[in-house]
Amino acid sequence: MAIAETLPADDSGLAAKTPLTVSVLRAFRHRSLAAGTLICVVLAALVICAPLLTGFDPAKQSAMETFQAPSLAHPMGTDAFGRDMMARVLYGGRVTMLASLAVVVMGAIAGTILGLVAGYAGGAAGFAIMRLVDLLLAFPGILLALAITAILGPGLVNGIIAISIILVPVYARLVEGATREIRSLPFVDAAIVLGAGPIRVMATHILPNVMSSVIVMTTTWLGVAALWITALGFIGLGVQPPQPEWGAILNDGQMFLTLAWWMTVFPGVFLSLFIIGVNLMGDGLRDVLDPTIAD
Amino acid sequence: MLSYVAGRLAAIVALAFGISGLVFLMLRLIPGDPVMALLGTQAANPEVVERLRRQLGLDESMASQYVTWLGNLFRGDFGYSYGQQRPVSELIAANFPATLQLTVCALFLSVLLGLAIGIVAALKRNRAADTLGMGLALALMSIPSFWLGLLLILLFAVTWPIFDVVGGTGFKGVVLPAVTLALGTVGFNARFIRSSVLSAQTQKHVITARAKGLSRATVFLRHVLRNSLLPILTVVGIQVGNLLSGTVVVETVFSRPGLGRLLVDAILSKDYLTVQAVVLIIAVIYAGANFVVDLCYPLLDPRIARR
Repeated sequence: MAIAETLPADDSGLAAKTPLTVSVLRAFRHRSLAAGTLICVVLAALVICAPLLTGFDPAKQSAMETFQAPSLAHPMGTDAFGRDMMARVLYGGRVTMLASLAVVVMGAIAGTILGLVAGYAGGAAGFAIMRLVDLLLAFPGILLALAITAILGPGLVNGIIAISIILVPVYARLVEGATREIRSLPFVDAAIVLGAGPIRVMATHILPNVMSSVIVMTTTWLGVAALWITALGFIGLGVQPPQPEWGAILNDGQMFLTLAWWMTVFPGVFLSLFIIGVNLMGDGLRDVLDPTIAD
Repeated sequence: MLSYVAGRLAAIVALAFGISGLVFLMLRLIPGDPVMALLGTQAANPEVVERLRRQLGLDESMASQYVTWLGNLFRGDFGYSYGQQRPVSELIAANFPATLQLTVCALFLSVLLGLAIGIVAALKRNRAADTLGMGLALALMSIPSFWLGLLLILLFAVTWPIFDVVGGTGFKGVVLPAVTLALGTVGFNARFIRSSVLSAQTQKHVITARAKGLSRATVFLRHVLRNSLLPILTVVGIQVGNLLSGTVVVETVFSRPGLGRLLVDAILSKDYLTVQAVVLIIAVIYAGANFVVDLCYPLLDPRIARR
């Protein structure tokens, strides 16, 4: 909202800028997009600047300072090992945010490629790919990720792989449908007649047309990815100690819930704010980029 | 109608085979020898190793292994949990009722709250109640259920001890877990129901009903809500799966027995046959729920079966 107010009321002031800048600035007049971006940027800045904001090492134990309530020295208190909670929350945010981002980027790339190939090739190959996609979508929510974690074993990297695998069918279904539609348009036939090969057609003619749907879907799923990666951390199947990560920190705090509320409240507030910010951004981007939803 | 039912039936049978095939492959995808992986510490006993190898039919072809496994499943034989020293079917039977109770309670809550928020938001579109309702929906979609559960425990264990916080499978024990599990899905339901009520409101027959002088309430109950029943049914189908897999987290938070807790423990202790069984059961229940939803569609809208 703050960003929107700094813009001139009409577009005349933007005339001198490039079309891209204009459309980006216009997009930020959308309230939830601006608010969500603001929240995410602030949180990202906080975790990036962690060494400047806290002098504590997130892994440094201190037997004399266990379960300290929030104070000036430890604004978010300390945990069962006397580690500074603020350092753990800030450094842990790096892991959670990067892991969520890695999940959607990997899932989006793999799913988009699969969807492009299935939609462009069609026929038996396309049919086979899409039935496999349907099959993967028959497993609800986080269940498939848990099954994959069971095979690969617990750990952060395995968790990221497991969750990005469940995103693959989601993207593949979206992109396949769009690809089949665009595939039948005259300009694609024209490109093929002019001698463009399948890879060139997919990359330069079809991909740019499905890109905005893919971006919208990515912001929508980023929040879900963060929920699931922290859920894995929380149940002990994600990040392994002593590495800090918001879900794993909440798992540490669970045992001492009534003794040390600060171990649960602070990481949870940061995590929830991050997901709220991402979801606001996703809603805003969908309104701005997706012309089919007019509400 | 008959061909619609037959079509759905064929689809779910195919899906069930697909699900079972994928779950069967799971055990074979584990790096290394599945027998060693299953036995864990007991792998040192060559007699046990040999017996399990024969039981799984590992010296036969993949296809015949699958058929044997499927045949065992139909007799209720999910294998033996070497970690827990009990047949997997016993573990499932012991844990299923608690999860069923939790999921059913949460499903009711989730749909009712979603309906309430969604309908109010749609009727008061673009007004304060709408903004508030949709803000609440966004918050509920964003706040992780395990953190919400921890906050509820903190609130009810320390300041307001009226519910059993952990354990307890009676009414007092199921309230907090069910609320926690449900709230995570309310946001999606509220949005979905809001948009379906909004699109039902713009239908021509609704405008006609209003134009001929029916009251707003009558129009809403008789014409708008009836047309929104279909999406509500869809929501139920989707949420059965989300709630069942959500028990993994919620049962951990509240230390409740159940399939979710059983699955997490089984993954941590590498009890693969139990993992396989729980994943299969949840996926099959989810598919079954959506099959029932599909069968209900034509009852609400006969056009669906005629397509």
